[in-house]
Amino acid sequence: MEWKSFLIKYAEIGVKGANRYVFEDQLMKQMRYALKRCEGEFEVRKEAGRVFVDVTSEDYDYDETVEALSRVFGISEICPMMQYEEKDIENIRKEAVAYVGEVYPDKAFTFKVMCRRGKKDYPLDSMEIAASVGEALLAAYPEMKVDVHNPDVYLYVEVRQKIYMYSVAIPGPGGMPVGTAGKAMLLLSGGIDSPVAGYLVSKRGVALEATYFHAPPYTSDRAKQKVVDLAKLVSRYSGPVRLHVVNFTDVQLAIYEGCPHEELTIIMRRYMMRIAEEIAKKNDCIGLVTGESIGQVASQTMQAMLVTNEVCTLPVYRPVVGFDKQEIVDVSEKIGTYETSIQPFEDCCTIFVAKHPVTRPNPDVIRRHEAAVKDKLDELAKIAVETEELIVCRM
Amino acid sequence: MKVYLDNSATTRVYPEAAELMTKVMLEDYGNPSSMHRLGVDAEKYIKTAREQIAATLKASEKEILFTSCGTESDNLAILGYAAAHKREGHHLITTKIEHPAILNTMEHLEKEGYEVTYLDVDHEGRISLTQLRDSIREDTLLVSIMHTNNEIGALQPIEEAGALIKKCNSKTVFHVDAVQGYGKNRIIPKKMGIDMLSASGHKIHGPKGIGFLYVKNGIRLQPILFGGGQQGGLRSGTEAVPSIAGLGLASAKINEGLEQERETLYSLRDGFVKDLLTIPDVIINGREGHETAPHIVSASFRDVRAEVLLHALEDKGIYVSSGSACASNHPQTSATLLAIGVEQALLDSTIRFSFSVFTTKEELDYTVQVLKELIPVLRKFKRG
Repeated sequence: MEWKSFLIKYAEIGVKGANRYVFEDQLMKQMRYALKRCEGEFEVRKEAGRVFVDVTSEDYDYDETVEALSRVFGISEICPMMQYEEKDIENIRKEAVAYVGEVYPDKAFTFKVMCRRGKKDYPLDSMEIAASVGEALLAAYPEMKVDVHNPDVYLYVEVRQKIYMYSVAIPGPGGMPVGTAGKAMLLLSGGIDSPVAGYLVSKRGVALEATYFHAPPYTSDRAKQKVVDLAKLVSRYSGPVRLHVVNFTDVQLAIYEGCPHEELTIIMRRYMMRIAEEIAKKNDCIGLVTGESIGQVASQTMQAMLVTNEVCTLPVYRPVVGFDKQEIVDVSEKIGTYETSIQPFEDCCTIFVAKHPVTRPNPDVIRRHEAAVKDKLDELAKIAVETEELIVCRM
Repeated sequence: MKVYLDNSATTRVYPEAAELMTKVMLEDYGNPSSMHRLGVDAEKYIKTAREQIAATLKASEKEILFTSCGTESDNLAILGYAAAHKREGHHLITTKIEHPAILNTMEHLEKEGYEVTYLDVDHEGRISLTQLRDSIREDTLLVSIMHTNNEIGALQPIEEAGALIKKCNSKTVFHVDAVQGYGKNRIIPKKMGIDMLSASGHKIHGPKGIGFLYVKNGIRLQPILFGGGQQGGLRSGTEAVPSIAGLGLASAKINEGLEQERETLYSLRDGFVKDLLTIPDVIINGREGHETAPHIVSASFRDVRAEVLLHALEDKGIYVSSGSACASNHPQTSATLLAIGVEQALLDSTIRFSFSVFTTKEELDYTVQVLKELIPVLRKFKRG
């Protein structure tokens, strides 16, 4: 079938009240952005509280288009749809037979015709149209059977300015259109978890910026490139990601020199949070996002998170906090970041890691040990913020 | 200051070779198989390159086959010979410290039912001729030994091995992977008992994507690529004329002043090694003086992570490699370093410095000076 239109179904936006149009307009904006990278011309329009995509060019790439739309948060289903100008019932019956003939090569299935009338002056009512179309299908394809309770296929016929016909639904990513919530700062490391965390937060309509801690010569330019690649992969869902690359080496070395070795990672994490928050505030982000999962590593126990959390005033969102590693891996495979995440380049969290880092840090002890070198660290952190490099990542 | 000391990974192309290649691409771009004059002109470049390379080996031009790289040369020699002589035997011999182009090809043949003996090396990376002699059997088809090891610069006793192989089994052929050795050493296959020899363009200031295989007259190979029957059907595919021309020129040029250049490299190397050893806890892997390659220094820096040192040097404009960068970019333990018995703690602390005709004393002095500044700092910040 040569589809030239898509009906876009959205889930949660539908329940929003008076500001529903804000969500719909943002969804359409994100869809247009996603379609810009596809071959062909498209029109995204709203009609009677529904969103449609019409292909306006002669050629386009169906698979590429569906793939692009299936990354737009807010969409629950993408239904490829046919439009017919001729509205009389005989033509609808004829087109329905042709439609089923082409879309379903094997006719041994049960179906139900669902009809809606936007034009109330149409001579037949919805029930009559559905019955007539069903009758025509049964006559054309005797193997087909009607099942009004649990059919294999729902064939939708809508009578509007034109006749719309659709029966196939491709799942979208769900969630809410990016830009309908605020903007958050993602701490992006290069591992498996943080891109997934970014994806999940963005799914709730949140626009993303990201901070990456680079520690040359301990981490290489390839490690940095990997993070840029990950930000680009996440941007396929979230839209452009402004990535802030912070040179963290001097802060790390100063902690190494001035603090107990087993506490190095935890104090380092506190400075990462402080720096990320500083950059977040400068860039109008109203939350931090991390890929932490309770108990995954020493710095992600509840005690450790208590100690790292207390240095921030912004809320810290940890969308994978209750995920097992495999569950995080599953999402990363689904969103296409896994292969990049597992490239073996060292990140700044592991370069000086102690053999036995503290797993239940005491906030008072950590604060006291940090205080010994805090002036110097704060100064170095300030320089790190001031010298950050901004890379805008988009596909 | 930019100091490029990663010449065993790849080298800078001679300007003359780059100019010649540009001319071939823009002006003499014909297909050597075409009947018209442009085709004939293109063919001349190939003939010239064959002559240039053959001259460096005291071989005949018919014995030079162009390939896409050293890896293809190694594959063609081993797979092509094994396939063409599978009725005569199923045994091959190589060493434990070969390049992956040899080791993985051998492994592939093992899966096909061939038997492969891997010769040990001593702590300096040299094979034992006794073990070689004891390994050669009635059904040994081929022995493949690298001329110069790419990681530590160990030189193998090629001439002695060549003679020994012929003495033990006159039917066994001898292949030498000379990707690191060609252009640094005078190699005369007929004199050294070598039947096939692989080399690559980009290690001798020629272009990437081109290599050659010397195949002694009378040695029968089965092709591994099938197509239009170029190069006597042994290597189908339109000849890469610009790259072949560049390779020919680079071969001639690097071999022209070889003896003198070699001595210069040795004296640079000796000085550099002496200076390196003034830094505490530095171990040089492999032999010294003229018993090792003139252009490779493998040094282990205790309590320093190679990757970190590499990036710290890079920050100062000095480009080196850790392990064998030529093979891949993922950190893995080097088979060569393991085979020569480098102690566990030093495996991840080993850096390769490799020189070329463009390397100068000033560059090496600067490198030593930078190392002397960096090493103590890096040793202060350790993992664990």
